Amino acid sequence: MSAPALALAGVSRSFGPVEVLHGVDIALRPGRVHALIGENGAGKSTTMKILAGYLAPSRGELRVAGTPARFASVREAEAAGIVLIHQEFNLAEQLTVEQNLFLGREIRRGWLLDKPAMRARARALLDRLSCAAGVDRVVSSLSNSDKQMLEIAKALAREARVLIMDEPTAVLTRAETDILLTQVRALRAAGTAVLFTSHKLDEVREIADDLTIMRDGAVVWQGEAAGMSEHDMAEAMVGREVSGLYPAKPPAPGGAPVLEVEGLDVPGHAEGVSFGLRAGEILGVAGLIGSGRTETFEGLCGLRPARGRIRLDGREVRVRSPAEAKALGLGYLTEDRKTRGLLLTKSLRENLTLTALERFARLTIDTAAEERALDTAIAEFDIRAGARDGPVGNLSGGNQQKLLLARTLLPEPRIVVIDEPTRGIDIGTRQQIYRFIRELAASGRSIVVISSEMQEVIGLADRVLVMCRGRVAGTLEGADITEAQIVRLAMGLGAPAPAAEEPA
Amino acid sequence: MSDTTTLPRPRRALPSMTVIGPVLALVLLVIIGTALNPNFLAWANVTNVLARSAFIGIIAVGMTFVITAGGLDLSVGSMAAFIAGLMILVMNAALPALGVGVPLVLLGMATALVAGLAAGFLNGILITRLGIEAFIVTLGSMGIYRSLVTWLADGGTLSLDFTLRSFYQPVYYGGILGVSWPIIVFAVTVVLGEIAMRRMVFGRHCAAIGSNDQVARYSSVNVGRVRLMTYVLLGLLVGVATIMYVPRLGSASASTGLLWELEAIAAVIIGGTVLKGGFGRVWGTVIGVLILSLIGNILNLTDLVSPYLNGAIQGAIIILAVILQREGKAGA
Ligand SMILES: Nc1ncnc2c1ncn2[C@@H]1O[C@H](COP(=O)(O)OP(=O)(O)OP(=O)(O)O)[C@@H](O)[C@H]1O
Ligand SMILES: [Mg+2]
Repeated sequence: MSAPALALAGVSRSFGPVEVLHGVDIALRPGRVHALIGENGAGKSTTMKILAGYLAPSRGELRVAGTPARFASVREAEAAGIVLIHQEFNLAEQLTVEQNLFLGREIRRGWLLDKPAMRARARALLDRLSCAAGVDRVVSSLSNSDKQMLEIAKALAREARVLIMDEPTAVLTRAETDILLTQVRALRAAGTAVLFTSHKLDEVREIADDLTIMRDGAVVWQGEAAGMSEHDMAEAMVGREVSGLYPAKPPAPGGAPVLEVEGLDVPGHAEGVSFGLRAGEILGVAGLIGSGRTETFEGLCGLRPARGRIRLDGREVRVRSPAEAKALGLGYLTEDRKTRGLLLTKSLRENLTLTALERFARLTIDTAAEERALDTAIAEFDIRAGARDGPVGNLSGGNQQKLLLARTLLPEPRIVVIDEPTRGIDIGTRQQIYRFIRELAASGRSIVVISSEMQEVIGLADRVLVMCRGRVAGTLEGADITEAQIVRLAMGLGAPAPAAEEPA
Repeated sequence: MSDTTTLPRPRRALPSMTVIGPVLALVLLVIIGTALNPNFLAWANVTNVLARSAFIGIIAVGMTFVITAGGLDLSVGSMAAFIAGLMILVMNAALPALGVGVPLVLLGMATALVAGLAAGFLNGILITRLGIEAFIVTLGSMGIYRSLVTWLADGGTLSLDFTLRSFYQPVYYGGILGVSWPIIVFAVTVVLGEIAMRRMVFGRHCAAIGSNDQVARYSSVNVGRVRLMTYVLLGLLVGVATIMYVPRLGSASASTGLLWELEAIAAVIIGGTVLKGGFGRVWGTVIGVLILSLIGNILNLTDLVSPYLNGAIQGAIIILAVILQREGKAGA
């Protein structure tokens, strides 16, 4: 086997008094894909940041091609050919795609920028990733998956010898993931050392050569990936037997619909969407990215301009703002946790109670009651926070998601729309969240789960609404909820077909 | 890219420089002041400084909310001048009908409060409903009010009727137990402001909106209304400050309230409120106001440095305060 291009030896890392990594060893070899998996908060992102020079180890050693090294800055690491793609996007939102791609390493002709050269190169890089986004688009207008592709293109442009990707596929659809995996294979063939992490174990099975499993800041398993099944991985990660990911579905609830939506138009995104939702029901919403799933439900919840008839308990209502939605008992959990979900610089407590703040205030806010609510949320959702009063931005991605879920449910909405409930969440917690959603439904609430993960929709939903190009393509129920049926409807086709790209 | 490495550090036992920095600066100024002039801490001087700080102070409390919610208001100085002019005109006009007395003064006060509310509401509506940048809207209204007061005064000075002025004067010069009204009103404003900022839903919502208005919106916070309320509150407080200010000189002219907006904004920033929004501290603003007025006071009491350099020293302090804020945030 080739010598490691980059390695950690006995690395520990503390934040203040809390040690989050304990003596981690890991070696990345040229021409091999290494997967790092573990529960939320296990220390994957921290390990990756140390490898890429974003964080310094508190103890232990970083070795580049066998020799101990210390990067003073990310630039030095990049100069050594090590590139990290962060779990959260690291893009200048107001700049264009091309400007982002060449940020800090602009191509110049004399004193001036060589615009045509950069644009051409940007186009070529994006084409390699089958990404249709225009090079002059402002990044803030891109979809999440295009943003992820742009991050990957940035890394490709840097011609990395070691490419580290923190949950690159979390926001990608299966089809986009396949494109990414193809690129990873090409890089591997070209001799790049690749490290990536993902909570989707099937991807790990598919592409990893080497595997490291972490739990609570320490490596618990390391070796060749070939011998490990998904089930083995899950068990090693969580430290207990994991089976029955999805809770059993009770008989489909009957009764009159609680929510009836008729001819909902969200200008530019969706048209004539109609559906009903019963008490105790979990409605899955499937569709390709760009099919208007998110926008439809943002429109329903007053987050975007929308027209149409909405009836709650048979009574016609208007939802013009999220505040009105809340008053009507409608809750919405966004898929975009960093820019729309959480106040990253504020504490857990302030984030948790933001939506339901009136409940904690008469004239002034009762912080003691807020703290109690936080205790409950931490226990109920198994939120693992190093320091309870630190900023939310310090939580691991999955724990941020759990906090977001806790916040959405705190005002006790009767109808909850959850957009991508388990994005970036480990398998053990996913099981807990599914059970939780099922319990919410069992208590008489109505739940809408929008998800790009087919298995999630199939495993969780009582009924599935499939969207295609801004319209409802069909509704599936009971035994009809199958992958083939969903794909067929999502593609707007009559027969099952392979997933293809929807134009952005 | 490099600021990704400066992740916020965990809490330490010691309060950070952003908290103690302004307090230390204030203490230092008091020590310097006392060393240079033994009269510095005399009751008369202390109350004088506080009373003069009160106008800017009351306005700066309102400004703290506006800035915390991610906004800015450049119009407060000329708004104060305009309200003062309007108040004087109304009181003079109603003098024959009402005669000198409490009702007339109350009418004047009501005029100021209503005008302040309306002016703040106007700024707020333009910013929140039409979505125009706060900087642009208030830059515009700053010019409009300044020009209106000049026009009302016909380029000169609007003066309160002489008998009326002597009747109204106690509002500035009088007080209870030797503490004058402006100081009392300032103190009450600060206490209420501090409670609103730290303990009430309004303050929490302001900070949420300032740190990320999208997150606030997705959390069902009524972003537009809270933003609007910050400008209305500021307008109202400008009205209150004007009520205290008019009896002092009994007049208003084109130069009334000149540069108050900058002094108020500076006080807010020195006090540790983040200019980009998301975090605000009312008590910090008070310290900022005191620092700014103490510098002027010390320069006036001593002849070590020319009082003409007041602006330069204030400017240096503002820049220093922002540097300290950064250290407190980024230092590892
Ligand atoms: N800057 C920081 N300050 C304090 N604690 C931190 C900081 N960064 C990470 N941590 C803590 O370190 C632990 C490991 O976090 P890390 O982000 O590495 O987890 P992860 O394995 O990537 O999880 P996920 O799957 O949720 O992304 C967590 O408990 C987290 O709260
Ligand atoms: Mg992570």
